[in-house]
Amino acid sequence: MKRSRMGLGFIALATAGAFALSGCTSGDGSTGNAAGSGEGIITVNATEPQKGLIPADTTEVGGGKVVDALWEGLVYYDAEGATQMGVAESIESDNGTTWTVKLRDDAVFSDGTPVLAKNFVDAWNYAANVDNALGNQYFFSAIAGFSETEPVEELSGLKVIDDHTFTIEATPDFPDRLGYSAYYPLPDVAFEDMEAFGQSPIGNGLYKFASDDAWKHDVEIKLVKNDTYVGPREVANGGIDFKVYASLDAAYTDLLANNLDVLDQIPDTSFAVFQDELGDRAINQAGALMTTLTISENLEHFSGEEGKLRRQALSMAVDREEIIDVIFEGTNIPAKDFTSPIVDGYTEDLTGVENLDFNLEKAKELWAEADKMSPYEGTLEVATNSDGPHQVWIEAVANQWANNLGVTAAPKLYPTFQAFLDDREADTVGGPFRSGWQADYPGAYNYLQPLYYTGASSNHGFYSNKKFDTLLDEAVQEADHDKSVAKLQEAQEILLDEMPSIPLWYQGTTGGHGENVDNVAFGWNSVPIFNEITKK
Amino acid sequence: MLRYILFRILQVIPVLLGTTFLIYFMVFAMPGDPVAAMFGEKVPSEAILDRLREQYNLDQPFFIQYLLYLKGILVGDFGMSFSGEPVSEILARAFPVTIKLAAMAIVLSLVLAIVIGLFSGLRKGKLFDNINLIVGLVFMSIPIFVIAFIAQYGLGLKLGWFSPTVGAGAPTKDLLLPAIVLGVSLYATSMRLTRSSVIDTLNQDFVRTAYAKGLSRGRVIPVHVLRNSLIPTITNTATDFGILMVGATVTEGIFNVPGVGNVLFKAILKGENATVVSFVTVMVLIYLGVNLVVDLLYAVLDPRIRYA
Repeated sequence: MKRSRMGLGFIALATAGAFALSGCTSGDGSTGNAAGSGEGIITVNATEPQKGLIPADTTEVGGGKVVDALWEGLVYYDAEGATQMGVAESIESDNGTTWTVKLRDDAVFSDGTPVLAKNFVDAWNYAANVDNALGNQYFFSAIAGFSETEPVEELSGLKVIDDHTFTIEATPDFPDRLGYSAYYPLPDVAFEDMEAFGQSPIGNGLYKFASDDAWKHDVEIKLVKNDTYVGPREVANGGIDFKVYASLDAAYTDLLANNLDVLDQIPDTSFAVFQDELGDRAINQAGALMTTLTISENLEHFSGEEGKLRRQALSMAVDREEIIDVIFEGTNIPAKDFTSPIVDGYTEDLTGVENLDFNLEKAKELWAEADKMSPYEGTLEVATNSDGPHQVWIEAVANQWANNLGVTAAPKLYPTFQAFLDDREADTVGGPFRSGWQADYPGAYNYLQPLYYTGASSNHGFYSNKKFDTLLDEAVQEADHDKSVAKLQEAQEILLDEMPSIPLWYQGTTGGHGENVDNVAFGWNSVPIFNEITKK
Repeated sequence: MLRYILFRILQVIPVLLGTTFLIYFMVFAMPGDPVAAMFGEKVPSEAILDRLREQYNLDQPFFIQYLLYLKGILVGDFGMSFSGEPVSEILARAFPVTIKLAAMAIVLSLVLAIVIGLFSGLRKGKLFDNINLIVGLVFMSIPIFVIAFIAQYGLGLKLGWFSPTVGAGAPTKDLLLPAIVLGVSLYATSMRLTRSSVIDTLNQDFVRTAYAKGLSRGRVIPVHVLRNSLIPTITNTATDFGILMVGATVTEGIFNVPGVGNVLFKAILKGENATVVSFVTVMVLIYLGVNLVVDLLYAVLDPRIRYA
């Protein structure tokens, strides 16, 4: 009797264990490894998209690369960042402000419905309406009739002419931006239930969802080649399996084990070894992400002439090469302007570029000059959030300033990105702080306007310069592309002199691929060009 | 007995109210605006942010937010994550994986710990016992992430015996390696508890009596000694299970297990109140449940323990 009760206890334990062990053992392990080109599914690292996959609501990289695989816009950017026609057959204007867009008549969504002019116009009207609270709303501010705060049902600047033609009344540089995901079209079915659509989207791109429930949150998103796609691009594989990883380290381990085909970012813990470990499968090239240190214009000692001197001094007191060598293992490129080498018109010869060079003597001189106006006392705190990989280089910068300028400098760490953002918005950081910017489309304007235009959305340094604003406005209104680029360069020279932020480096694109795939190249925006990858 | 169980179940209500309130408050009090943080450096207009705050009740005062959350729970609605997925689905996805992982780790470590602990106790001071104690000490003193990395690199990547990370659907074969790593970290404590408890029991009068009655060693050791030695081990295992529910975060991160620790960690960083509180609530429930089962197991192991 006693014995059986004890036995019962063990049986209970054992069955509980066995139950748990056998429970939810799902059948699908790895993806079918169909041999032969054009059929294999490539696996790619990913992060869980922050929101439903609605193009104009996707503002971060994790969702962005899925959206870009699912849709094709009026235009797209090729590997070099040059604009190529997508769904549009032509985008033309007589006066530089009203654009007539003609669509190809063979474009279809993956559910078989044709891509019509109204699909663009409806999607844009929806995204521009503040009531729908989409993250990329401000991208439609270039179109006539836009309001940031009042709900507008239909933008006056958008008109459907016929099934395959519509007109846009907007700023002259507008067509440059049209490859960005905010401007993708939506099929009619999306407007019936936008939330549900975001979980199981239907696009007109090179890939489509493998099934209605292809998005397994926190686990994977499975795309297959969209056979209904007709257009300028070709797909050399059978589909993409976006695998969500908790950490880049885990993804890198999987890459080494050939459980993952493409990794689009090397974890910083492996910077030192990845080129050795991957050999010719490693990728290390210039990227679109810019890292700067911003200092609020309103901070004591950092406004007016004194502030300008101090910023220049701080910039010249950072040995960018050394930090890049030691901490980033050579994977970044020292900054020579306020944009990125991938944008049109990039040059290392802007007036004032010497302010970005390491120059100890000059730095000390400028700092002393500023001290004459009003002596700097106390600690110079360099702020970042510590839930990302930035602490190490922030400490290095603080150390260099302390050693090179003789100031007391120390890192100021915020526990989360939110807390950091809060203080930046409220202008209470109290020192230089880390900021980074990745362009949405390969144009200099997208690096300059949001960050430095008076009152712009991401102008966290509260910088304001009338002449700079005017130059940007003129660049936007300039119909001649080269003249527009020249205006933007001129605007940058103002920034190089006044230094509203200190450009540090362009973050390189690091990545790699496994032994089972070929033809892996990364585009201007550091995202692999998925459709060209072939599975062995 | 039934009254006791009912009483214990009723106890859960105030505990749950208390914990959800505390957790909700803690997430609420975390610095930073979760809505602004959704957009990183690219902050949309204030009008858009306001509408999103409204959507997640973040524009309401703290108490109203909490009451709205409680009201939702009562009708089975745990709220929505920022990515537009019902939190109940996230719960249903993450918990089975972690429970499976925790159960595998516990079964592995417990079986080994009881067998080896028993033999070690029976051979106290002999070579086997000494080696075993040293091995246990080594396991105990190495941080779990070190064990995890070594196991992942050595057994997973270099030797290829196990999958170095956990793939979609968290199949059992992929979970084996993280379960072993977790098991190793649990093993030493359970083994030492069993061992010392066995040594204690061996010196008890009833064991001598049992031998005096002429019972064989094969009967005395499993029925009299082992059974009476298991209470501390079982108690400890229940605590372990609770710890594994959350404490596996590091291991889950390294092996990419889509479980509770992983999801919770991300939700905390995002300030996703509904997800965080729901996860903690379910964890508290599991913890209380396991403890109840353990208390009931005592009665099975030691008939002198009665519940009224």
